[in-house]
Amino acid sequence: MTQETLSFEKAFERLEQILEKMNGGKTPLEESLKLFEEAEQLIRACNGRLQTAEKKIETLIKTRSGELALDPDQKPKTQPFSCPYT
Amino acid sequence: MKPVTVSELTFAIKSLLEPAFRSVAVQGEISNFKLQSSGHLYFSLKDPNSQISCALFKGSASKLAQMPKEGDQVIAIGELSLYAPRGQYQLIVRELQFQGMGELLLKFEKLKETLRQRGWFDRPKKPLPKLPKRIGVITSPTGAVIQDILHILTRRFAGFHVILNPVKVQGEGAAGEIAQAIYDFNKYDLADVLIVGRGGGSIEDLWAFNEEIVAKALFESKIPTISAVGHETDVTIADWVADVRAPTPSAAAEIAIAEKANLIKFLSQTSQLSTHRVQEQIRQSRFRLTALQKHPLLSSPYTLLSLPIQKLDDMQTDLQTSLQMRLDAYRTRLGANFKRLETLNPASQTAQFKQRLNTYPSRLKSAAEAALRQKKEQLRAIKEHLHSLNPKNVLKKGYSILFSEKDHSIILSTKEIQTGEKFTALLSDGQLFATADTMDSYDTRNSLF
Repeated sequence: MTQETLSFEKAFERLEQILEKMNGGKTPLEESLKLFEEAEQLIRACNGRLQTAEKKIETLIKTRSGELALDPDQKPKTQPFSCPYT
Repeated sequence: MKPVTVSELTFAIKSLLEPAFRSVAVQGEISNFKLQSSGHLYFSLKDPNSQISCALFKGSASKLAQMPKEGDQVIAIGELSLYAPRGQYQLIVRELQFQGMGELLLKFEKLKETLRQRGWFDRPKKPLPKLPKRIGVITSPTGAVIQDILHILTRRFAGFHVILNPVKVQGEGAAGEIAQAIYDFNKYDLADVLIVGRGGGSIEDLWAFNEEIVAKALFESKIPTISAVGHETDVTIADWVADVRAPTPSAAAEIAIAEKANLIKFLSQTSQLSTHRVQEQIRQSRFRLTALQKHPLLSSPYTLLSLPIQKLDDMQTDLQTSLQMRLDAYRTRLGANFKRLETLNPASQTAQFKQRLNTYPSRLKSAAEAALRQKKEQLRAIKEHLHSLNPKNVLKKGYSILFSEKDHSIILSTKEIQTGEKFTALLSDGQLFATADTMDSYDTRNSLF
């Protein structure tokens, strides 16, 4: 598990904790407001990470013999792919 | 030997027979075909030496590509069942594959059995990554699969990363390309999850996904795989070996991003829930506050303070009164003292004396005047008295005074005159000159006067 997913998991764990606390109905209003603020920040951060990925559609390039075309670093070459029907 | 009932024996046979042939594919020719009005089909499958009764119920019959007829060469897939009322075993057919596909189906079933025995179907499935950054797709670049997948992803998220490995999905060499693509994705670590698939078609069209080479590549892939081959009813070997079988390419895309979608949904729900909770709590607090404000103790400060306020007022009044009283007392005493002091003041004493002195002249004057008035009055009274005593006034009343001619003395008694002597009688309006002729003296005691 990468560092990123780990902190992600923690954020979600914390959100679940916050929800549990708030739903308990025993938190004083002031604490609820603090929890709410924290939740909003976590949500914004997580949403940001989930939704800001760049849209990238690539296709691998193949040689005449059907093997992957590689760049000088021995990594497969790609080119943008546009769906013929859309 | 203890005898058993027919039912007992039948049940014993059923228990042995049915589990042993839970899934079989039988090749044969259809005979004694019967379509009941209920929609169920009954027939026998036979080959030159044997036959077996078959039942194909309405539910499965509706999925048949075509209605079977006498003499059709088919492969019937189903399970063996013992029909107790007649003591007959029969094949309950779920699927019927017609002539021409017989060979392929047989191959399919054989490979399926082989791989099942190798444990490729039952191995622990790799969990799909929760948040795949790169989704590898192995399919035809011109087919419906990539289109469906991109459609779903675009609809769900603004951003995603798809890497397509374009392959032939049917015909000569298709299986090899698919298998190679799976290896290449693994070799170059190009994706976090793989979708392998193609659109629907005949069993020949789908055949590449029933090849062992593809099954092996899927089995050996370190990257979790999702199969998406044909329609929901088409099941291929690839579907059995892949970590997840998606019924359609769209579903495969949904599955690949399910967790991400779940997370986003969770975030949105959490946001809504926490907002709702806080709003609810604020609403309740406001409600309680309003209720408290309406409480008589708080709605009017006088309710709470009326007593102390009154007490305070009373005390203030008391204080003022007592202060006033004391002040008055002091003032009175001060006034008295002042007066006393005033009287003791020598200046004021002299003033008094002066004042008294000033009154003396007038007092003297009035006293003198009073005395004078009194004397005057006395004088007037004496005068009047005297007046009344004036002999002349007496004379007017008939009296007369006798004077002796010899010495002009007043003759008051007969003894003072001699007979023959001359005398004058004074009357009120003149004198009479007379002579005493006779004399007669009265005893004074018997006097008339």
